[in-house]
Amino acid sequence: MIVVIDYGLGNPASVRNMLRKAGHSAEVTSDPGVIRSASRLILPGVGAFDHGMANLAERGLIDVLNEAVRQRGTPILGICLGLQLMSRKSEEGVLPGLGWLAADTVRFRFPADAGERVPHMGWNSVTPAAETFLSREMLPDARFYFVHSYSVRCDDPADVALTTHYGGPVVAAAVRGNVAGTQFHPEKSHKFGLALLHAFVQWNGRSA
Amino acid sequence: MLRPRAIPCLLLRKGRLVKTVRFDKPQYVGDPINAVRIFNDMEVDEIVLLDIGATADGTGVPFELIGEAASECFMPMAYGGGLRSVEDVRRVLALGVEKVVINSAAASDIQLIRKTAAAFGTQSVVASVDVRKKMFAGYRAYYRSGREAIDTPLVDWVRSLEAAGAGEILVTSIDRDGTMDGYDVDLVRLVTSSVRVPVIAAGGAGSVEDMGLVVCKGGASAAAVGSLAVYQGKNRAVLINFPTPAQLKAVMP
Repeated sequence: MIVVIDYGLGNPASVRNMLRKAGHSAEVTSDPGVIRSASRLILPGVGAFDHGMANLAERGLIDVLNEAVRQRGTPILGICLGLQLMSRKSEEGVLPGLGWLAADTVRFRFPADAGERVPHMGWNSVTPAAETFLSREMLPDARFYFVHSYSVRCDDPADVALTTHYGGPVVAAAVRGNVAGTQFHPEKSHKFGLALLHAFVQWNGRSA
Repeated sequence: MLRPRAIPCLLLRKGRLVKTVRFDKPQYVGDPINAVRIFNDMEVDEIVLLDIGATADGTGVPFELIGEAASECFMPMAYGGGLRSVEDVRRVLALGVEKVVINSAAASDIQLIRKTAAAFGTQSVVASVDVRKKMFAGYRAYYRSGREAIDTPLVDWVRSLEAAGAGEILVTSIDRDGTMDGYDVDLVRLVTSSVRVPVIAAGGAGSVEDMGLVVCKGGASAAAVGSLAVYQGKNRAVLINFPTPAQLKAVMP
């Protein structure tokens, strides 16, 4: 069973709708028992970093997720804030992140006269930085919907799966082991996002 | 590269899809869910739904309709109209909507923008500013569907919305709304040069060239269209339609 984690932030229902469109059923829940039995997990999320971590803690989900991801190796996909929560920490908050990725989340910084506005909002193209399940299943001319003011920086460039460009290279997706995350919203990226979610469902949970 | 967005801006009134001219004379143009479905099939960048009667006629937030629309939307959707509290915002976002558009509530208490940004992030808050050009006084912001003026000068007002946590500004020219005479590019330029957040331009789009102009000359991050998306031809026959990606690519960077 695919489980979309509901922790009160973002739109788990949108993710389920897109999965359904791709022909997969999924359960949206915050129930630790259901999350424990999941064959694959999706951690969506929109909003502030500390709010996200606090909501996971409040629902008693941090240990449950650590067990699933670290001990059982359950494949997991983080989306937007979900990806950022997988890093060690964020400039947006003071709470520690889940720390599944050797990465930190930093704020966009552009000079005052730069053309780039923050948030980075809208449709952007992505380039594969490594061969992963994300690049293999990507449709031609793929574009994805981004909306974020912070982005992750991976210690090891090998963990970067896709990049986009906004005033410089930006991590659009990271994959390490059974942990994957996209900065963009596949659930709001038409057929391109549908193909990506389908690829995640088919993924064997190994980064190569 | 980040592409400028092209956004159908759909107006709701009492559960029906309408289109106004200068914020007046709402004309019935169809069923909102059907329209959303068609725009989704066309793979448009984003969609904005505004209930123009929610505050002005006191009909409130149409939660059920928003939920139905959101479930048809595999692209981002923003909703505005009648939002008075963080609880209203929470309910709307939980339906599968990415952003809320706040106008009248901010005019009476800017705290709603601040609280929404704190709870759900700045990217979830679009501050909407409706503007009229006055003969001698220049641009002036309005709320309650253009019925009441905001005393603060326009530039100060949009800056205070940004400072309060708006992740995006939707600027609509009331004078151009529904006229299809082209955007008020000077107005859009004034707003885009006053804030650092993305700006959606609305009011006046009559052609795909107008959309290109407001992006290239006005500095808008997105061009919203109303009449252009629901009417076709000189006689304004009702027809849901939208410029093709190739047409948009030809006029936008």
